[in-house]
Amino acid sequence: MAEELTWKDLEVGNIITEAGNGSFRKTGDWRTERPILDKEKCIKCALCWIYCPDAAIKPGEDGYYEADLYYCKGCSICASICPAGAITMIEEEEQ
Amino acid sequence: MSRRVALEASHAVAEAVRMADADVIAAYPITPQTHIPERLAEMVADGELNAAYIPVESEHSAMSTCLGSAAVGARTFTATAGQGLELMHEVVYVTSSMRYPVVMTVCNRALSAPLSVWGDHSDAMAVRDTGWIQVFCQNGQEAFDLTLWAFRVGEDPKVLFPVMVHLDGFTLSHVTEPVILPEQSEVDRFLPRFQYPFALNPDKPMTHGAFGPPDIYSETKLAQEVAFRNSKEIILQGWKEFGDNFGRYYHPVEEYKTENAETLLLTMGAYTETAKIVIDNRRDKGEAIGLISLRLWRPFPFEEFRRTVKGAQLLIVFDRCISFGLGGPVFSEIRSALYDEASRPKVVGIIGGLGGRDMSEENFDYVINRGKEIAEKGSDRMLETVGIR
Repeated sequence: MAEELTWKDLEVGNIITEAGNGSFRKTGDWRTERPILDKEKCIKCALCWIYCPDAAIKPGEDGYYEADLYYCKGCSICASICPAGAITMIEEEEQ
Repeated sequence: MSRRVALEASHAVAEAVRMADADVIAAYPITPQTHIPERLAEMVADGELNAAYIPVESEHSAMSTCLGSAAVGARTFTATAGQGLELMHEVVYVTSSMRYPVVMTVCNRALSAPLSVWGDHSDAMAVRDTGWIQVFCQNGQEAFDLTLWAFRVGEDPKVLFPVMVHLDGFTLSHVTEPVILPEQSEVDRFLPRFQYPFALNPDKPMTHGAFGPPDIYSETKLAQEVAFRNSKEIILQGWKEFGDNFGRYYHPVEEYKTENAETLLLTMGAYTETAKIVIDNRRDKGEAIGLISLRLWRPFPFEEFRRTVKGAQLLIVFDRCISFGLGGPVFSEIRSALYDEASRPKVVGIIGGLGGRDMSEENFDYVINRGKEIAEKGSDRMLETVGIR
């Protein structure tokens, strides 16, 4: 998005007058690892959802919690906190 | 009716801040600026000024507080000097880049080491690239006038830049002079309330100070530079309006007896008045010499400066700072500003008045004599100085 802006398009002091536009910024491309959820093990306790520092884990309609890879930075806090061992981190290069 | 009163220049600044009805003052005391926050603290304590006086633990905190204060649309003032300005350096850049019109008095002081509380322009030169509008005062009246003007210009919606008003430490800050104080109603007419268009407000959330990754940082800096240079229009308009209201007119480059001058001396700040005496004496003896004083330091007044020195054969620049490994910072800027001119004076630079070393009339006589000598025969010295053993 920023690539389209010229210096003439910026607000005074680079102030962003619209609230909450941080959601446009893709932080998923910072990732080197991503979380994989094993639904067989998941107990739907929502600890991963609570602990995710980027609010990138979202509840699905089926009651499971999964990472939104547009935002997930791959920090692995969810995998560390999961009491059921249901989340494992895999290298981005792996399938 | 205006009143003519005896005031220390520091107290004249405090009086201007009171009459400007500042909302927030955050300052940390440091010699030779101390009398300004001290007087303002008294005014707030005595109920003469309805402002929040925030005592802070350092100059870094002082400027940080000012930044936040301006962000909610409060008229904000601080003052510092020398080491204090160095300590707040980081936030000085942030304030201008975020376009907060804080007004700051700097009582110019030498930089350590060795420790010196006395005056020179090293602190001012260390912040010349920070994106603040910067002016120099010659006397107590100007200290009052330019402080009022600083609020008017910095807060203009077309400007929104912070303004630094430089006062020479001790030789101006601590000198008691006659100062004409206007009526409050006259000040109110000249200085409207600060209406910051982006004031932080929980009812309308917005983001100040977002980070700037490589895909946008360059654009932010170009936008800042264009806006900063364009602020000159309002700077000039502010001085015109000030003159129309109070009868004293200021200019980016102040001229003294420059008519048909073959030689020009350039000074900044309070020593300009000492130099005037020397110019008077030489003019009386028929010498074609004049004086120019840079009032507006940033944005640099290229146009006015080039026009002023156009007819002269020699321009002698007096610096109160050494840029180590380069020489006089004002000198190098001045010479660069004239490089592309088809018709330009020869420019020589002499450094003196460091760390409170007095500059007498005799010293300025030496500056002029030596300047002429260098212009004629060149210099075989690494650095041209005055009054240094």
